[in-house]
Amino acid sequence: MTFELFVFYLFAAIMVFAASRVISVRNPVHAAMYLVLTFFTCAAIWLLLEAEFLAITLVLVYVGAVMVLFLFVVMMLDINVEPLREGFVKYLPVGILVGLIMLVEMVFLITQRYFKAEQFPAPERASAEAMSNTESLGRLLYSDFLFQFEIAAIILLVAIVAAIALTMRRRPETKYQTPSEQISVKKSDRLRVVDMPAEKRN
Amino acid sequence: MITLSHYLTLGALLFCLSVVGIFLNRKNVIILLMCIELMLLSVNMNFVTFSHFLGDGAGQIFVFFILTVAAAEAAIGLAILVVLFRNRSTINVADLDALKG
Repeated sequence: MTFELFVFYLFAAIMVFAASRVISVRNPVHAAMYLVLTFFTCAAIWLLLEAEFLAITLVLVYVGAVMVLFLFVVMMLDINVEPLREGFVKYLPVGILVGLIMLVEMVFLITQRYFKAEQFPAPERASAEAMSNTESLGRLLYSDFLFQFEIAAIILLVAIVAAIALTMRRRPETKYQTPSEQISVKKSDRLRVVDMPAEKRN
Repeated sequence: MITLSHYLTLGALLFCLSVVGIFLNRKNVIILLMCIELMLLSVNMNFVTFSHFLGDGAGQIFVFFILTVAAAEAAIGLAILVVLFRNRSTINVADLDALKG
């Protein structure tokens, strides 16, 4: 067993363990933490596949942004977990059965029928002098996939607008300023000149 | 030597785990969202694997777009979750029967 294979099995084992904990732990905060572990080990496996840029993106975007958002929401909401666990044991046998059947079918197709090792030999490791993964991805992204890239940007913009529009609310008890009224105010609205006779000095 | 089927089997395992997770946590919307993230991750794993073994960068570009869409989906899903909790004070899927469907 080469060292590479050992690293693969190590990270695969951690990943499967963490993923199974995500779906089985009681506390949603722990589930989010195990999901973070899953993403980290997946990034390590992507490094084995020479997808360095995507591995770092996974850590930055998923662990740094999406999972923090998840943790925020989980901690912000006061959730009673007990009623949400109803039916966990009841659906455990059928869930495991369905999962096992799917897994056996897929693994049979992957390992026995298609994708044999001799059909898909492992490619040579990229040399250090060759174009880096980030550079080749960038060249593809800004030439062939430029239009799709722009659409992705628009999707993100729409997501931002939608998320803010959904969660923003006006509280009636909070006092707000109205800038348009503030700037259109005139001197006569605020200032009253009182005519007073001068007093005689003693 | 790590072959293509090693990676594909790992992706299949991850996908099945997330399907089982959706079966088990049918009441908890947060865990359901996490299971969907896991599912997308397993799909991404297959894309990266094929991109590596076929020597084609387009697979990695696709993963890039899936990450974008998944981030947008998570943001909007969690926003909906927050609004839901504000209005109904529950995230139990069984209690969300206002439409009497």
